[in-house]
Formats: sequence, C-alpha cells, structure tokens
Amino acid sequence: MPRERDGLSAIVRVVTQWLFVPILVYGLGVGFFGHLTPGGGFAGGVVIACGFVLATIAFGGRTGPAPVFHRWAASLEAVGAMTYLGMAALGWSAGHFMQAWTPRGEDFTLASAPFLVVLNLAILLKVGAGLFAGFMVLVLFDRATGATAREGGDA
Amino acid sequence: MTFYCLIFALLAVGLYGLLAKRNMLKKILGLVILDNAVNLLLIAVGYRSGKGAPILLPGDDPAAFARSSVDPLPQALVLTSIVIGLGVTMILVAMALRLHQRYGTLDVDRMDRLKG
Amino acid sequence: MNLILIGLAAFLVLGSVAALEMKNLLSAVIAVGVVGLGLSVLFLLLGAPDIAITQVVVEVIVVTVMIRATTRTTDEEKGPPRSLAAVVVGVGSALVIVGFGIAAFAELPRFGAERPTPSFWYLAEALRGTGAGNVVTSIVLDFRGYDTLGEATVILVSIAGALVIARHVARDGKVPRA
Repeated sequence: MPRERDGLSAIVRVVTQWLFVPILVYGLGVGFFGHLTPGGGFAGGVVIACGFVLATIAFGGRTGPAPVFHRWAASLEAVGAMTYLGMAALGWSAGHFMQAWTPRGEDFTLASAPFLVVLNLAILLKVGAGLFAGFMVLVLFDRATGATAREGGDA
Repeated sequence: MTFYCLIFALLAVGLYGLLAKRNMLKKILGLVILDNAVNLLLIAVGYRSGKGAPILLPGDDPAAFARSSVDPLPQALVLTSIVIGLGVTMILVAMALRLHQRYGTLDVDRMDRLKG
Repeated sequence: MNLILIGLAAFLVLGSVAALEMKNLLSAVIAVGVVGLGLSVLFLLLGAPDIAITQVVVEVIVVTVMIRATTRTTDEEKGPPRSLAAVVVGVGSALVIVGFGIAAFAELPRFGAERPTPSFWYLAEALRGTGAGNVVTSIVLDFRGYDTLGEATVILVSIAGALVIARHVARDGKVPRA
C-alpha cells in the first residue's frame, strides 16, 4: 500500500522551501556581525539550527534539504570547536593566549576585529551543527524503534 | 524588590514542577521553567534604570558610554546558559523517550513498581 | 516602566503555573512556549537584545522537541496526583529557597540602582582593546574566552550523551531487553 507522503502538508512544504535559505542567511548575518550588532555566534548558531529543524519537520526526515547535512553535522560541530581552540592557542607564541592577536582594521566595519569574526564563525558552526545533530538523534531514535506518530509523517 | 519576588516565585514554580509531578514530561517542563527563572534573575541583577543596551555605535562618545549602559557581564553569562539549557533539555527528552520505550509509561511512580 | 516589567513577570508566573497544572500535555508545552516568548520580550526591555534573539529561537526549538516527545508517547497526564509527602517536599523546598533568596536580596542594592561592578572597565576597554562595538561579544569571546571554551565542551558532551542513549537502540533496530 503506498504510504502517505512524508512530512507536513503542501502549504507548509512550499513555504519552507521559500523560507529555508533566508533563515540561514539571517543566521549567518547575525553571527558574522556579532561584534557590531546584537547577536554573535550563539544567536546565529541557534537560528541556523532552527532553520534545519524546520526543514526536517516540514519534509519528513528523508527528503528535503536536511538529510543531506545530517551526516556532517557531528563532524562540523567538532570542526567548530577545534577552530575556536586553535585560534585562541595560535596567539600563544606572541604571548596573547585567548586574547585578540590579529591586526585590526577600521572601527565599526566587518574587518575591525578579525579575531572576533573567526571566533564567532567557529561558535556558530559548533552550536548550529551540534544542536541540529541532537535533534536528528531524536528523529533517528524514533525511526529505529518503529514508533509512528498519530498524524503527520515520519519526523 | 517586587520584581525580584516575582522571579523567585517563578523559581519556586519551576522547582515544584521538577519535584512534585509524576509525569516525566512535566518534570522536564519544570526544569525549563527553572532555567528561565535563573536566567531572568541574572539579567535583572544587571539592569540599571534608564540605561540602554551595551552596544557602542559609530558616533557615540566612548567616555560617556561606560556610564550609560546596563551591566554587560551578566548578559555574557546568560548567553551561554540559555544554549546549554537547550542542550540539557534535548538529552533529557532522549532519556525520557528511552524510558518510555523500556517501561511503557512516563509515570515515575509506576516505573518504580515495574523495575527489574 | 517598572510597572510593565512587573506586569510581564506576573504573566510569566501565571503562565508557568497554568502549564504545570494542565492535564493535557500538548497544552502544557504550548503554555511553556508562550512563557518563553514573554520572557524574550522581558529581556529586550531589560536591555539585553542578543539574549532576546537567542531566547526566542531556543524556545521555538524546545517547544518543537517537546511536542515531538508528546505526540509519540502519551497525551494526557493520567492517574491520581502524587502522594502528600511528595507535594509537601516539593512545596517545602520551594518555599525554603524562596525565603532565603528574598532575605538575601533585601540586603543587596535596589532593583535598577547603581552598584560597583567590574563592568566599567569592560565597557571602557571594549572598543580600544578588541575593536568590537558589541561589549557582550567582546566579553564572551575575548575577555572571558575560557568560559566560552567550557560552554563549548558542555554542549559537545551533552550531544554525545544523547547519541549514546539513542545509539543503543538504533544499531540493530530491535528493542533490547536490558
């Protein structure tokens, strides 16, 4: 018997297709400019994780943009953590452990503090990938135990 | 002081939910409320009446800025605390689902009797 | 202004009590979501815009995860309420903590008053020392970078823990009797 299409209804799927990339771009913007506007790596990371959670729910766990990324989610989290530690430790030789050691550009532009930008990116990767990996753990757990929802699709 | 009392009331509600409810999901909701109360308490300690957010904009005078913003230190602590609370909630939900799968119920008193 | 803050805080307390006492779990989860959104507005009024952004999105993710958990297990909280002893312990410990907390905070400076903090140095030094306009970011990533490293470790460990709990089942798809 053909099973019903995974995920939620057609309206939700179409709207999610349109919204998914703007959500990711917004998250990247909040994260990148964290040293100038409110936000930073944590806010950007959770926004990106939320975009992926939306894609997973709207399309079910098997189609849509989310399953492409979930294999790399755990590795990306580790990459983010290592980047943070690496940038902090690289300043060691100059005597600036865990302090801003890169040369700085003009104030209030993107390049005004490259150390902070790289660190914001690292935290963004770590938090976003980590929280999405945690969510996928729950989805896969349900799928493996054969639990089915009362309505809706697989995720 | 009234504000602090209300935050402590929120903390009490969260603690009550964590201890006195028998359903695991209600306990997790109690922990979420507790997290919210603690974060709110930290930010409330850092608030200064009439002052603005700690963001320096181009054109501001840096010398006057230090006297015209709320305390940024509790905000830095709470920022990481919120994300950690989310991670802990996720692992608790994973544990609750595993327990439901193992014992067939989410009720801690019935789980006590079913153990073994 | 203080009146708005107190009103919002009272709304939060009422919403949380309602969330815990509702029998239908789905409604309880949605009530907690509403409480979280109100909390985000409260953060904004208290002068913490980055916290407000983070709180909104985190609340959305928490509500999503809890709704998934609710639809896959039970939907109603059945059974009689817990024994009197449990309720007394819960209420008693809550009252003790609240009592001590209020007594302690009565000694501290009033809500919103100036008090000596190390933050004056951070506020003065942020632009010159790190080149960032957002003082909270410069504290989190530069002046107190170690704390952020600790937080990164905590998230890593918690996600690894969730993976271990679920891996046990997912490997062979069968339900183990352990």
